[in-house]
Amino acid sequence: MDTAHAHETFATGSVPVAASLRNAFVKFGAFTAIENLSLDVEKGSFYTILGPSGCGKSTLLRLISDLVPAASGDVSILGKSTEEARLAREFAFVFQDAALLPWRTALQNVELPLEMGRKRGVKIPVSDKSPTELLELVGLKGREHALPHELSGGMRQRVAIARALVCKPKLLLMDEPFGALDEMTRDRLNLQLLQIWEETGVTILFVTHSIPEAVFLGQKVLMLQAHPGRLREVVDINLPYPREIKIRDTQEFTQYASYLRELLETC
Amino acid sequence: MTVAESAGVELQMQIDEQRLERRRKIRTIATPLATVALLLLCWQFGVRIFEVPKYIAPAPSDVATTFVDKFPILLENFWPTFYESVLGFMAGNLAAILIAITFVHNKTVEMAFFPIAVFINTIPILAIAPILVLIFGAGLTAKVVIAGLICFFPTLVNMVRGLQSVSDQSLELARILSATKTEIFWKIRLPSSLPFLFSALKIAATTCVIGAIVGEWVGADVGLGALIIDSTFNFRSSLLYATVFMSSGLSVFLFVVVSIAERLIVRW
Ligand SMILES: Nc1ncnc2c1ncn2[C@@H]1O[C@H](COP(=O)(O)OP(=O)(O)OP(=O)(O)O)[C@@H](O)[C@H]1O
Ligand SMILES: [Mg+2]
Repeated sequence: MDTAHAHETFATGSVPVAASLRNAFVKFGAFTAIENLSLDVEKGSFYTILGPSGCGKSTLLRLISDLVPAASGDVSILGKSTEEARLAREFAFVFQDAALLPWRTALQNVELPLEMGRKRGVKIPVSDKSPTELLELVGLKGREHALPHELSGGMRQRVAIARALVCKPKLLLMDEPFGALDEMTRDRLNLQLLQIWEETGVTILFVTHSIPEAVFLGQKVLMLQAHPGRLREVVDINLPYPREIKIRDTQEFTQYASYLRELLETC
Repeated sequence: MTVAESAGVELQMQIDEQRLERRRKIRTIATPLATVALLLLCWQFGVRIFEVPKYIAPAPSDVATTFVDKFPILLENFWPTFYESVLGFMAGNLAAILIAITFVHNKTVEMAFFPIAVFINTIPILAIAPILVLIFGAGLTAKVVIAGLICFFPTLVNMVRGLQSVSDQSLELARILSATKTEIFWKIRLPSSLPFLFSALKIAATTCVIGAIVGEWVGADVGLGALIIDSTFNFRSSLLYATVFMSSGLSVFLFVVVSIAERLIVRW
């Protein structure tokens, strides 16, 4: 493990937790989308989430981000309830399609979180990086005033990431953010995301359909199982950071990938 | 090839491209203009060759002469219709927008009033115009109401659709940002509705003139509508044609104004 992510530990030796679920259930009417899920996500870690389609990956992120309520069980983020965490802007969400507002420029889209929520009592955290600097961080210097339709899919997704970072979240929830992009763009954004993770120390939960992407990015891969949605297994990925694309050609990498593929087939 | 040469080739290609683009633009403007000119010529000579009486179909040249000679009368009758159309446009669309906003925020109100709006829309404007003139008298108000009424329904329907056109993800984003209903309205719903609103406003820009003219037919002694009735019954065909030309000019003018506003506002 590299030094940037050597976790600060408490005197007791326990690791601080960014998100914690205890026997959480999510129900849509009679349908159970998530059943009895318990999980601790350590602060500063990078988790990727795999599972068959419809197994509840998005629902898990939506549960953590206070978009759907837990039917029973506990969800806490940095010791707060999901609602308190939402009001404190502890987490940010990146959707599969960038969900940018088409009439706002890249910069104005990044600024959106700073303009909303005050009336509900949100104390908007001040980031140490300005929206312009964040756009620079994601490699969009010079395109601040472009409208979303003038940007490529990959650029739009980078604007969405900059927008997610603008309130300096401690937890970043990403639901197949690069799912719609071509392989090359995806590789580039994967590297950039790892870099942002190392620089900011943010905790990341990243849903993907791609096994190589899950292995390449994550310290741990959560394998979810369908019908009902349950945590099947947590797989540690013991590959060193910083990771480079060519790590995918190593034997360890392929071993992790084939292990996960076999596991996925039984989910 | 050297770098300078290849740069030169590129520049040349760019210039060619621009020239092509310009030629294409000229063609899209020139083609319809030429067609109109040709049709006018056919009309001019057709009327002369077949010796059509002037009171049935005046030649374009007659209409043009009348247009110039009678311009003061035309202009005098243009302004009332202009005011009626514009005021009707504003009143009808404003009402439609406000009601659409209420509908989107309150399902019960929508259930209660949408069928009524549909019903009013099914009444032909020609049938309801006399009633409105009876109610509001022969003055400006009745025409404004008729012009407004004709604008109302398309804008209502489009505005409701526009306000609902927000993607689920935008709404989830707003929820994660703990946005209030007001913030969602001003920052997300209203801007999303603008393309829909403008397509309705472009329809309204032409129909409001129809409304004003229909209102003038029923009861008025000024306005382009009144002039149309007057010149028809007095067999002043050239004046009738010139008035019709003036009316469509008004529609085109309003349409262009709305289109320019759309260009400036809806840039995405
Ligand atoms: N709002 C909802 N109402 C009813 N059922 C829902 C709702 N949202 C999700 N579900 C159901 O819950 C299950 C899990 O959905 P979820 O979107 O979390 O799956 P997923 O793992 O993200 O799938 P995918 O990989 O296709 O994105 C699915 O069976 C889905 O039909
Ligand atoms: Mg999903």
